[in-house]
Amino acid sequence: MIQFIQRAIILGIPLLFGCTGETITEKSGHLNLGIPGIMYVGGICGVIGGFFYEQGVGPENIKPALAILIPLTCSILGSLIMGLVYSFFTVSLRANQNVTGLALTTFGTGIGNFFGGSLIKLTNSDVPYLSLGATSRYFKTSLPFADKLGWFGQLFLRYSFLVYVAIILALAAAFVLKKTRTGLHLRAVGENPATADAAGIPVEKYKYIATCTGAVIAGLGGLFYVMDYSGGIWANNAFGDQGWLAIALVIFTVWRTDFAILGSFVFGALLIVHNYITNLGMAGQELIKVIPYAVTIIVLIVVSAREKRETQPPQALGQSYFREDR
Amino acid sequence: MNTIPAIELRHISKRFGPVLANSDINMTVNYGEILSILGENGSGKTTLMNMVAGIYFPDEGEILVNGEEVKITSPRDAFQYKIGMIHQHFKLVDVFTAAENIVLGLKEDGKYDIKAAANKVREISSQYGFEIDPDKKIYEMSVSEKQTVEIIKVLYRGADILMLDEPTAVLTPQEIRKLFAVLNRMKEDGKAIVIITHKLNEVMEISDRVTVLRKGEYVGTVETDETNENELTEMMVGKKISLNIERTDPKDPVERLIVAHLNVMNREGMKVLDDISFVANAGEILGIAGISGSGQRELLETIAGLQPIQYGGIQYIRPGDGVIENLRDKTPKEIRDLGVRLSFVPEDRLGMGLVGSMDIIDNMLLRSYRQGRSVFLKKKEPESLADRIIRDLEVATPSNRTPVRRLSGGNVQKVLVGREIAAAPTVLMAAYPVRGLDINSSYMIYHLLNEQKENGVAVIFVGEDLDVLLALSDRILVIGRGHVTGIVDARTASKEEIGLLMTKGGHAS
Amino acid sequence: MKEPLFHIVKRDSISWWKSWLIRLAAIAAALILCSVITVLLTGLNPMKVWGSLISGAVGTTRRRWMLLQGTAILLCISLAVTPAFRMRFWNTGAEGQVLAGGMAAAACMLLGGNLPGIILYPLIIVSSILAGAVWGVIPAIFKAKWNTNETLFTLMMNYVAMKIVDYFSQLWAVPKGSGKIGVINSSTNAGWLPALFGQTYLLNILIVVGITIFITVYMRFSKHGYEISVVGESENTARYIGINVKKVIIRTMILSGALCGVAGFLLVSGTDHTIASETVGGQGFTAIMVSWIAKFDPVVMVVVSALIVFLTRGAGEISTTLGLNKSFSDILTGIIILFIIGCEFFINYRMVFRGKHKEA
Repeated sequence: MIQFIQRAIILGIPLLFGCTGETITEKSGHLNLGIPGIMYVGGICGVIGGFFYEQGVGPENIKPALAILIPLTCSILGSLIMGLVYSFFTVSLRANQNVTGLALTTFGTGIGNFFGGSLIKLTNSDVPYLSLGATSRYFKTSLPFADKLGWFGQLFLRYSFLVYVAIILALAAAFVLKKTRTGLHLRAVGENPATADAAGIPVEKYKYIATCTGAVIAGLGGLFYVMDYSGGIWANNAFGDQGWLAIALVIFTVWRTDFAILGSFVFGALLIVHNYITNLGMAGQELIKVIPYAVTIIVLIVVSAREKRETQPPQALGQSYFREDR
Repeated sequence: MNTIPAIELRHISKRFGPVLANSDINMTVNYGEILSILGENGSGKTTLMNMVAGIYFPDEGEILVNGEEVKITSPRDAFQYKIGMIHQHFKLVDVFTAAENIVLGLKEDGKYDIKAAANKVREISSQYGFEIDPDKKIYEMSVSEKQTVEIIKVLYRGADILMLDEPTAVLTPQEIRKLFAVLNRMKEDGKAIVIITHKLNEVMEISDRVTVLRKGEYVGTVETDETNENELTEMMVGKKISLNIERTDPKDPVERLIVAHLNVMNREGMKVLDDISFVANAGEILGIAGISGSGQRELLETIAGLQPIQYGGIQYIRPGDGVIENLRDKTPKEIRDLGVRLSFVPEDRLGMGLVGSMDIIDNMLLRSYRQGRSVFLKKKEPESLADRIIRDLEVATPSNRTPVRRLSGGNVQKVLVGREIAAAPTVLMAAYPVRGLDINSSYMIYHLLNEQKENGVAVIFVGEDLDVLLALSDRILVIGRGHVTGIVDARTASKEEIGLLMTKGGHAS
Repeated sequence: MKEPLFHIVKRDSISWWKSWLIRLAAIAAALILCSVITVLLTGLNPMKVWGSLISGAVGTTRRRWMLLQGTAILLCISLAVTPAFRMRFWNTGAEGQVLAGGMAAAACMLLGGNLPGIILYPLIIVSSILAGAVWGVIPAIFKAKWNTNETLFTLMMNYVAMKIVDYFSQLWAVPKGSGKIGVINSSTNAGWLPALFGQTYLLNILIVVGITIFITVYMRFSKHGYEISVVGESENTARYIGINVKKVIIRTMILSGALCGVAGFLLVSGTDHTIASETVGGQGFTAIMVSWIAKFDPVVMVVVSALIVFLTRGAGEISTTLGLNKSFSDILTGIIILFIIGCEFFINYRMVFRGKHKEA
């Protein structure tokens, strides 16, 4: 049981990163359907950084700090660039958000698979994947005494630092959105940009910052997935639909990143529960994977049917803002 | 007193596409005075002030604040110069509380503390006599509460230069008096106050000086003491015109539309129409007066079949045979299929009556596209109708293929009214049909309504200008908070009488 | 205070040739950027790269047919989403609707392989259309009833469809446990779309030509098409003139989903003769971009989808001959689409620079 919860939490973390990032983005009024692509880029950039460091100094001579810092920096830079592209198109050029996002997802998955494939070829290996075991080991380091603390330690302390980063970021995002002036301003931008503008809030700046911050956080989800969840192994397309699930999670948690922590674990559990139910058969396992999406659809319907103002998507979600529009 | 003007505008011009909204405007605003900017709708008053507030950026010209040239590129810049604007369309975030809206955009020192802000809001409210709950969400508020929030917002920021865009449009006469008292107090405080308006009586009552704009151009500035309403009208419209509207006596009026005990709730479950009963006669103009937002829009939309009815009935008496048709719970299409020729000129012309991005012909199609069995559209008749309207109503448009959004407000309205009248209605409802129109277009609309009345149509006319309502209508139905507060004879009633009725009406909820 | 470097003004109108010039310039710029990237990544002469791209796309008769076939499928899905977009209904669920249609076709082929053609073919067609329509109408019903956000709803429906296809892939896997259905009826060819004049894909292409004409006429000249435009531009106006908005939303999404179902039928019965969750391969999303870029004009859509398929096939060819990864084409497609989307800004707005005053 404890093992099940651990797996669920670990699988939920990439979703939590993605969801926190997307929530921040959506709060500024931008529906970023490029999140799946951004998570890909975040992942592959980390892999590229880790790969060249590992190859450069040899797996034996890796310094722990650099092994973490180099992929982390690469990942952040990669997703930041993606975030900048998205904001430049949708904020400055006022391009359609859905179309831009989808194009970025095409582009991002293309980048991921292209460089992933190229790196695999560089290693001249027979297997269609890339392994960064050494780097991953450092990403997976957890507190040494966790196991000694019984079920408590196993349940709460046995994770690598990125897990706690994800949770802290989610809590911080919730706090900022709800309790600070910045959050108030950001929400105003997403609800009613004309009003925010008239109140002297620099709308475009907020949109840029929110979208880029969101992209970087989501990109960390990609990094975590490769380095921790799959143990440093990059295989093309292995990412699956994590990015779309992250967007689903945003809806599922009604735009609350603090709810998202629990929500991501629930989604993680739903993704692996088929391994723990016997007598399912291969086909049945596939069917269980429908549940996260089905549940999200139900939440979406219930929220819209209840018409409670506080749980609706930000009012200006998906609309570009041009001040001189009359 | 400070002798340097608070604001000085020099040679300001602003253009929207081909439309010249402001052309070479020069004017000053002083501290310790109330300046009215007077002009018809579309004369460029709001655009001009929006440039001072940082919403728009002027194409040409200079803005001086306290004698120094400044560039105001955003509302934040405007706040820095202690300039605050209260927009006609409220700039509030619906899901936020009053206090949250008030502190929005402020860069206060220290921790973000919404409770302290709320207390400060209460302080300001009691100082000026506003009644407001800082923790109330905007979407739960009435129109006048929202305006109060807007005013407090500017006061909270300690603005020295206040600009108010048509502040009285949504207020009751009592509330207007209160507002004017507040403005006078601020003026004595030495603040500079600008009121944008097109209502002459308010100009005369409140302001020290009046600046008049016409069609985007500066006409002149006069001291209020040294002028009168006639002179201002002349400056505003350019030529002397008689304010008289001809009114004929109704010819054998018969009952056409009977509304009985109508009760309607809005989407939020609030009662917007409470037990409304009246009769509209053929060959008569029934005016509807009321503070805006008292249920006028809902009433017309309900009759047109656009709002569900909780209780009550609407009956239509067919001309000729006098057969009674029940219109309750019928959709607009079902009403039309019954052969009821009901035309409706809604308040929101481009958002409801027309499709802005479609051309004039396609907008004619809106009423008639269903005719015939064919699955395909027939565009011949709409095209000739479009041409006829353009010719008869003197619509200024490049062609019948021009999207209506590109036309000016008056021409948009001519297209809409023209189409609705072309359907040969027996009942014609018009909501604020002259809002935003210049005087010539307004008179054309009045004339068209009169013509319909003489043709035996039952005309229902929702207006905001009591003088026009009194001059045009035969009877006036007054609505207050969703109730009928009186039905008066327009030939004998006085403005004061109607004004008093407008403020009556119990709680609507 | 400094005067801003420039400020942005909305254009009132722009002549058609100017707007197309901007678009062509954007495509040219995108191609140049693509060349630069290709050269940087491969170190090869760009002319050679473009040469092999062109020959890869249209070098042989077979490749030309493949190009036409690919264009037909992408065009079919783009046309399918167009009525919904025109209505401002963001149908991001084309992927799932196509898959639903394809799944239905595959199921009929598998289960009805022994039926005579005269029964089997209508059965396949009707069930794929129905499946696509059902997948499209579910979000529409909730949109009509509770205004449920359709972008997110249809997006989720894609994955429900994929998982269901995965389920059947396991259930009907050949051989068992492989997780793949494999080519259906490979011996009897039952339910396969027949070749016409010896050309395997001709019938596919003709069907899509028919759909193109239908959508053009439907959107431009029919009463339904007019109602869709009115609902898309202003729901209030639609209600005001007595259009039943809910009915139009549901009717249009049935049409959109049904046409996606046809695309699924063409993919399964006319092309792949099998089904897997990646059968559609993201074309449902690409189609959204195609429809948008083409401004909902079917004729332009033909050009845009041909361009994208040309690039994809060409880049696929480069990757095999030059030893690049296949995903290279995704990068190129992404860049080109982004440039085209971005250039719309210069069509809708113009910038006025500091110090420079208005032209008359």
